[in-house]
Amino acid sequence: MSHFNGYARSNGEYGIRNHLLIIPTVICANQVCNRITQLVPDTVAIPHQHGCSQIGADKTRTFDTLAGTGRNPNVGAVIIVSLGCEVVDPYELADNIRATGKRVEVIDIQEVGGSVKAIQVGTALAKEMRLELDTLVQVPIPLSELRIGVKCGGSDATSGMASNPALGAASDLLIEQGGTVVISETTEIIGAEHVLAARCATPEVADQLYAFVERFEKEVDRMGADMRGGNPSPGNIAGGLTTIEEKSLGCISKCGTSPIVGTFEYAEPIPGTGLYFMDSPGNDIECVSGMAASGVHLVCFTTGRGTPTGAAVVPVIKITGNKLMYERMKDNMDVSVSDILEGNAGIIEAGERIWQEILSVADGQLTKAEILGHQEFSINRIGPSL
Amino acid sequence: MAGPIPTGADALVVDAKDHVATSLRELKRGESASYRLSDEVKRIEVLEDIPFGHKIAIMDIEKDTHIRKYGETIGLATMAIAAGAHVHVHNVESIRGRGDQAAQGGQKA
Repeated sequence: MSHFNGYARSNGEYGIRNHLLIIPTVICANQVCNRITQLVPDTVAIPHQHGCSQIGADKTRTFDTLAGTGRNPNVGAVIIVSLGCEVVDPYELADNIRATGKRVEVIDIQEVGGSVKAIQVGTALAKEMRLELDTLVQVPIPLSELRIGVKCGGSDATSGMASNPALGAASDLLIEQGGTVVISETTEIIGAEHVLAARCATPEVADQLYAFVERFEKEVDRMGADMRGGNPSPGNIAGGLTTIEEKSLGCISKCGTSPIVGTFEYAEPIPGTGLYFMDSPGNDIECVSGMAASGVHLVCFTTGRGTPTGAAVVPVIKITGNKLMYERMKDNMDVSVSDILEGNAGIIEAGERIWQEILSVADGQLTKAEILGHQEFSINRIGPSL
Repeated sequence: MAGPIPTGADALVVDAKDHVATSLRELKRGESASYRLSDEVKRIEVLEDIPFGHKIAIMDIEKDTHIRKYGETIGLATMAIAAGAHVHVHNVESIRGRGDQAAQGGQKA
């Protein structure tokens, strides 16, 4: 299979889903967005806690995450719901997303006269825009256009020995096809950064990787605490992971063996094709939301302990190397590679299984998280609320 | 890790330089467990119960040793660890991400 079917966007990008996205610029607009999605099927909202009382780089990061989610090619059109007095400017946000060529509408709750009227206006708009999106016909898309994020969460000892190396083999297959892979989780390369740095395409890229880690470790120093207990988490420790170094050394294999061609900040657009590193915390939802804002089409997510989470605008494929957990949590797992540790499958063979799942999901097959309605979204904060 | 892991071993050593093997099933105190190191299968007497996915020392480890898994340092031994013992948070600490030590250093200065 050299192609999959998806949606052509007017800026030359392709989506593997065709979402109508409802974005609140601020927490105060969440409930109006939720009501609109309840009234109009096949719409997705991204309620969040932020958008006001923020300044500087922290405010910019919230804006970039909302804008990037709207620009993601899996999104066909956007309704922005604003309260009217918040820090995130809804019209600047709309213009940023409109640059991709998609339709964006703005509703101002204070201007239209409160929640009920905003819900009425939003529902009418959403029905009309959903009908428009449903007229789009799918087209064949070359594999080289595909961009995936690789993530691990709820890790245990099986993650580093089975699911992450198998996902790495699948990552290598996509890079071979000319596609793009984003690895992230700065916290979870601490103690393994020298291994990744040795694979960076240039010394400048390696320096940037080290700078991301140093910035994070300084924050941990500022907190004055041992990061163990927060990361590795209590569940990681119960699963056999003793230190952040051990966890990191198991994490990094999920991006395969290709050279790292560049780095970028959280939620910024992916700068090109190939394997990239995005700065981000290891926190599952913040990381996956940042990847979606950067423009990945889907995320491959390995877990040993088991986790149900998905994402608002990108499918999340759950992969495990832990047979006991797979048997318990089949509802949430898309791919099992637990036969690796039983000696019944090689890493490459298991990687091929993940690759086939990536192709199916890119082609429209729903993930367990999508079927169950998981639409998690959260924004990484880097400053205080005022 | 490129090829299949042959069946029959109770634990796996990822890299020949490692001090530890990772259990592939729950290991019980007093049993003799097999572990795979590259192409060889070796045996070790299990000194204490070790849950699935946890680490067992495959050699005696001195206090303050940089303990290796994946052929790389995963932390520091906080006490002497005997071959066959459970290697985990009670006898290994992180070297990195130690804001607690940074805070103590700050107070001293």
